[in-house]
Amino acid sequence: MASFLINTLGLPAWLAWTITATVSAALILNVMAVGALVFIWAERKIAARIQDRLGPTRTGGKFGWLQSVADGIKLLAKEDLMPEGADGLLFRIAPYVSFCASFAAFIALPFAFDFVGQRLNVGVFYVVAVLGLEVFGVILAGYASASKWSLFGAMREAAQVVSYEVPLGMCVVVPVMLAGSMDLVTIAEKQAGWFTNWYLFHDPFTFVIFWVYFTCAVASVNRAPFDLAEAESELVAGFHTEYSGLRWSFFFMAEYGSMFLVSALASVLFLGGWNGPVPIASLLGLSEGTGDTAGYLVRLVGCLNLILKSTLGVVVMMWVRWTLPRLRIDQVMTTCLKYCTPIAAVMFAGAMLWSFFLPGGLVGIAGRRILSRPAGEIREGWLKGPGGRGRDVVSSRPITEAAMMPAPLHSDDGRRVSR
Amino acid sequence: MMPSTLLGPASLLGPTSLLGFVAGGGTACGFAMVPLAAVNWHGLFFLAFAVVACVMAVAVVLADNVVRMAFYLVLSLGATAGLFFLAGAEFVGAMQLMIYVGGTLVLLVFGVMLTAQAPFVSIKTATGDRVLAGIVAASLLAVLLQAAFSVHAWREPGRFPGDTGGVVEPMSTPLGMALVGVRVDDPSPGLAQENGGGNGDGSGGAAAGGRSGYLLPFEIVSVHLLVVLVGAAYLARAKRRRSSRELSEAAR
Repeated sequence: MASFLINTLGLPAWLAWTITATVSAALILNVMAVGALVFIWAERKIAARIQDRLGPTRTGGKFGWLQSVADGIKLLAKEDLMPEGADGLLFRIAPYVSFCASFAAFIALPFAFDFVGQRLNVGVFYVVAVLGLEVFGVILAGYASASKWSLFGAMREAAQVVSYEVPLGMCVVVPVMLAGSMDLVTIAEKQAGWFTNWYLFHDPFTFVIFWVYFTCAVASVNRAPFDLAEAESELVAGFHTEYSGLRWSFFFMAEYGSMFLVSALASVLFLGGWNGPVPIASLLGLSEGTGDTAGYLVRLVGCLNLILKSTLGVVVMMWVRWTLPRLRIDQVMTTCLKYCTPIAAVMFAGAMLWSFFLPGGLVGIAGRRILSRPAGEIREGWLKGPGGRGRDVVSSRPITEAAMMPAPLHSDDGRRVSR
Repeated sequence: MMPSTLLGPASLLGPTSLLGFVAGGGTACGFAMVPLAAVNWHGLFFLAFAVVACVMAVAVVLADNVVRMAFYLVLSLGATAGLFFLAGAEFVGAMQLMIYVGGTLVLLVFGVMLTAQAPFVSIKTATGDRVLAGIVAASLLAVLLQAAFSVHAWREPGRFPGDTGGVVEPMSTPLGMALVGVRVDDPSPGLAQENGGGNGDGSGGAAAGGRSGYLLPFEIVSVHLLVVLVGAAYLARAKRRRSSRELSEAAR
C-alpha cells in the first residue's frame, strides 16, 4: 500500500508510510471494536437459544441486532465510579493495559497472505507473549479496586493464566515444528491446498493437540468453564466488581478481542489460516501473491476465510460457555497440570516422531507435493551454509532508505516463495 | 534494598540506549524545526521508547507502593522490548515481553497480593539506603557510560548499526542453531574444521567440531530449575498433605 501511494499517487514517502500505518492500525482497532459488538450480540442470541429463549428481539428490527449499540450507549452514559479506598492511578489505567495487550497481539496476526500489520519472524512467539500480558491488566484491576472480591478474582486469574501458559506453549510449538518457522505467514502458507494439508489433519497427534490447544486457549482468555476470575455466583463479578461504564466495557472489548485472537491463532496454526478447504483460487489459476486486482481479490477472500474460521471458533467458545458448568479452582488446576500438560507433551513427542518417520504421512502415496513439506528441509537448507541459505529466507530484505522507515505493510512486488 | 535491585535491568539499558540515539540518529534531534519529510522516524521512535524506559525506571525507584513499582517496571521493560523490536531483534523483544513482563512481573504482583497484610503495601526507604543506592547507581552509570563511549563504532554519526551493505535477516533460526552448536552466521571455523579434520558426519555444519553450543548449559539449568520446583512443591505441600486428603474424602 505504501509503495502504491508513493508510485501511483506521487505522495512523499513519509506521508505514505504514515497513512499506511494509520490505516492498518485503524483496521485492527475496528476488528476489535466491531468484533466485540457483533460477538456480544451473538453471545446473547446463542445463550438464549441454548436456554430455550429468544434473546434480544426488539432493538433494531427482528433479530435485535442493534442491541450491542444500545448497550454501548448505555455504558457511555453510565457514571464512572471508583471506590474510595482504591489506588486511583492503577484503577484507571488497568482496563487500558488489558485492551492494549489484546490490541498489540493483533499486529502480528496475518489475515491473508499480505494482510498483516507487521510480519514478524517470531510471530507465534510474539502473539503468545503479548497475550500473556493481558492478565496484567486484570491483576492490576483486582488489586487496585481495594475489594476482596476483586482481589480473589485477580489472584485466581493470575494462577490460572500462568499455569495455562505451559500447555498452551507446548501446543503452539507443534505447528511451529511442522512448518519449521515461527512466522505465522509461513505457517499458514505451508498449509495451502486442500484441507488435508491443514495441520489439524497432518497426523493423529496434531488432531488431538488442536483440542488441547483450544481448551487451553479458552482457559487463557478466561472464558467459562474457566471464568473463575469473574465467577458471578461466588465473587459477585470478580476482578471487575468495582468497574462501571466505559472502563468496564474496555475489559469486555479486551476479552472478546482475545477470544477472536486465540481463535484466529488456532485457524492459522491448525486450520490452514486463510486457505479455504478447497483451493478454489489455485484451481482457477489465480495466485494470491500477485499485485493485480485478481491477486487482491484472492487475498480478500482469504481474509474472509480466516474471519469465518475465527468466528466459528468464537461461537464454539460461546457454545461451551452456555453448556458446561464452571469448574472449581482445583479442577481448573487439575485440568491444566494433570491432563493438558502431559497430553500436550506426549502429543508433541508423537508429532515429532511422526514427522521424522512418516514425513509423507499415511497417505504419502498421494505424493509429497500435496502434503506439507517437512521442517527438516528448512533446517537442511540452513546447514548447507551460506550457499544454500538463500532459498528459504523469506523475510530477507535489502537495506535501503526504507530501512529507516517502519517496515512495509505489503510487499507489493508480489514475490512469493517458490516451493 | 528493593529499589536498587529493581533498578538493575532498567538502568543497564538506559544510558546505552540514549547514547545509541545520540550517536545513531543524531539528525533527528531538531525534528521540530525541519519539515516532516526529513524526520528520522527511526530515531524519533527510539527517543520515545528510550525516554519512557528511563523515566519509568526512575519512577520505579521513587515509588513507594510495590504494585505501582511493578507497573512502572512493566512500562519500562515494555519500552525496552520496543527498542529491541525497533532494532530488528524481534526474538529478543518477544523474549523480553514473555519472560520479564509476562512472567516475572506477574509472579511478583501475585506474590505481593498473596502475602500482603494491608490493602496497599508501601515501602519507605531510609535516607541512608537512598544515599547508598544512589552511590551504587551513579558508579554503575559512570562505568556504563565510559564503556559505551569507548565503543568506536557507536561514535560515528549517521551510521546504521547493521549497515554492512549486506542483507538484513531478522530471523531467529540462527539463534536456535547456535543453541545446538551450529553457527550459521559464522561458517568459517566449521568449514576449516571440516577441511582440516575431515570428520564430517553428513550434517556438514560446525557441529562436527565437537562443540555442543549452549545445549549442555541449557539442559543443566533446566534440570536445576526442575529440582528447585519439585523441592518447592514438596516444602509447600508437606504440612497440608494429610488435611487435604481428609478434605477430598469428605468431599466424596
